[in-house]
Amino acid sequence: MDDLRELYQETILDHNRKPRNFGPLENANREADGHNPLCGDQLTVYARVNDEGIVEDLHFEGSGCAISKASASLMTEFEKGKSLEAVRADFERFHDLVTSPPDSPAETEGLGKLAVFSGVREYPMRVKCATLAWHALRAALEDDGKTVKTE
Amino acid sequence: MTLNIEAIRKDFPILQTSMRGKPLVYLDTAASAQKPRAVIDAMSDFYRNHYANIHRGVYRLSAEATRRYEATRGRVARFIGAPDEREVIFVRNATEAINLVARSWGEEEIGPGDEIVVTTMEHHANIVPWQMLAEKRGAILRVAAISDEGELDEDDLVRLLGPKTRLLAFTEVSNALGTINPVARLAAIARERGITTLVDGAQAVPHHPVDVAALGCDFYAFSGHKLFGPSGAGVLWGRLPLLDAMPPFLGGGDMIESVSFEGTTFAPVPQKFEAGTPDIASVIGLGAAIDYLDSIGMDRIAEYEHALLLHATDRLREIPGLRIVGTARHKAAVLSFVLDGVHPHDIGTLLDTEGIAIRAGHHCAQPLMKRMGVAATARASLSFYNTREEIDHLAAALRKTREIFC
Repeated sequence: MDDLRELYQETILDHNRKPRNFGPLENANREADGHNPLCGDQLTVYARVNDEGIVEDLHFEGSGCAISKASASLMTEFEKGKSLEAVRADFERFHDLVTSPPDSPAETEGLGKLAVFSGVREYPMRVKCATLAWHALRAALEDDGKTVKTE
Repeated sequence: MTLNIEAIRKDFPILQTSMRGKPLVYLDTAASAQKPRAVIDAMSDFYRNHYANIHRGVYRLSAEATRRYEATRGRVARFIGAPDEREVIFVRNATEAINLVARSWGEEEIGPGDEIVVTTMEHHANIVPWQMLAEKRGAILRVAAISDEGELDEDDLVRLLGPKTRLLAFTEVSNALGTINPVARLAAIARERGITTLVDGAQAVPHHPVDVAALGCDFYAFSGHKLFGPSGAGVLWGRLPLLDAMPPFLGGGDMIESVSFEGTTFAPVPQKFEAGTPDIASVIGLGAAIDYLDSIGMDRIAEYEHALLLHATDRLREIPGLRIVGTARHKAAVLSFVLDGVHPHDIGTLLDTEGIAIRAGHHCAQPLMKRMGVAATARASLSFYNTREEIDHLAAALRKTREIFC
């Protein structure tokens, strides 16, 4: 079960039980669906972006496993108030973290609480769960909304 | 319950291994079965000592490989009660078998306005080929309902069988719920109405004796890899007159009688449907798997698995927050379930750390998941190499899972 605590850290379990920023966002001007055809997980990310290109508010809703739900929840907290450019950089950093080889040091700099997802590296089948919300967020911000798949 | 499980488990080398430092508990046989040493050895022996292409060489080695390959056809025919071994077509898997029928029989026989009836509990392999066919030929796909318990609504199915119905395609055993359908009764109803039947037997053949002649269907499809044989060899069984009348599915070598640029005449069945070099060694391995199963006895296997299913059902029902999805009266040893507050994928990962392999997801049966009101389930599928102790281990790990997440 020690392995397991690496993956399911308390923060992840907490955000799974009580997801933050959960539910539709009023006055959202961007949204996109994320869908993982492998497991049927699906979520929607809503964002309100102002004229200065700042993500003023960020919500999500949907159903998924603890990893995808906690990842979405922590992401909405982490990216709220950031510029589109900063979100883009975080996307890359987060993606690099969860897809890096498990035996290499985890590069968590600048990722704050999101560092709890470094355990996902041990479970390649779960990387898509951790990145589902991020792909949806990127689609919402870049392409102005469409369904993205993590396949 | 007269099986010597300890001895049986020793026949499966992988069951002696450990996973993440724990003894492997393999509860995913419905996805693919583990292989007994007899199968592994038969394939290895074939490659080491008997391998050559079949139906071609004039030399002894090829003749011997051909003899072994064709002997397996007879072996399969006896195993499933096929009256004539020419009715056994070797394909890759059940999916290919169903596609063969859809493309060859279907494109010839199904026309605009014709109807194909399937059930809500089908695997995607018994939905998508018919959808593709219906789309191509302007036919209509109709779907028979099931109950909340996961049993086929036979009245609804009979209602759907009309003058335009040309095909009834259904599974004998649901891969996701374990429901066993009354094949003989349904096939008889279809036959009275002149409707052709195809049965997806992928989950049935590994669990109980199958006699296609007694079932009375027209086509029967299954995969070797779920029957403790290697991946790469599966079977389509069909009635000889139907197969004779069907055009080839794939064209090429080994399926012809003579070829000229003016035209080609095709070989008779089964060669007509076996274009190109098949997975010869896998067919040999499938034969070894069948020999192995017969040495134990499919009726004894069914009996043991049923007792194991009852034990597992009791154990899982005791777990707070656990709900079994699929509670048909007639069930194979498949337990799909959901656990309050824990997503099936998280269950799968947690059990993995205990060395327990289960399937989590939609089980290639998305319409069924939707009907049962779940996005996904966790599924433990049992076989005759599983034990009560393994089930108890599963139950304990599930309790722990709930403690962690809730």
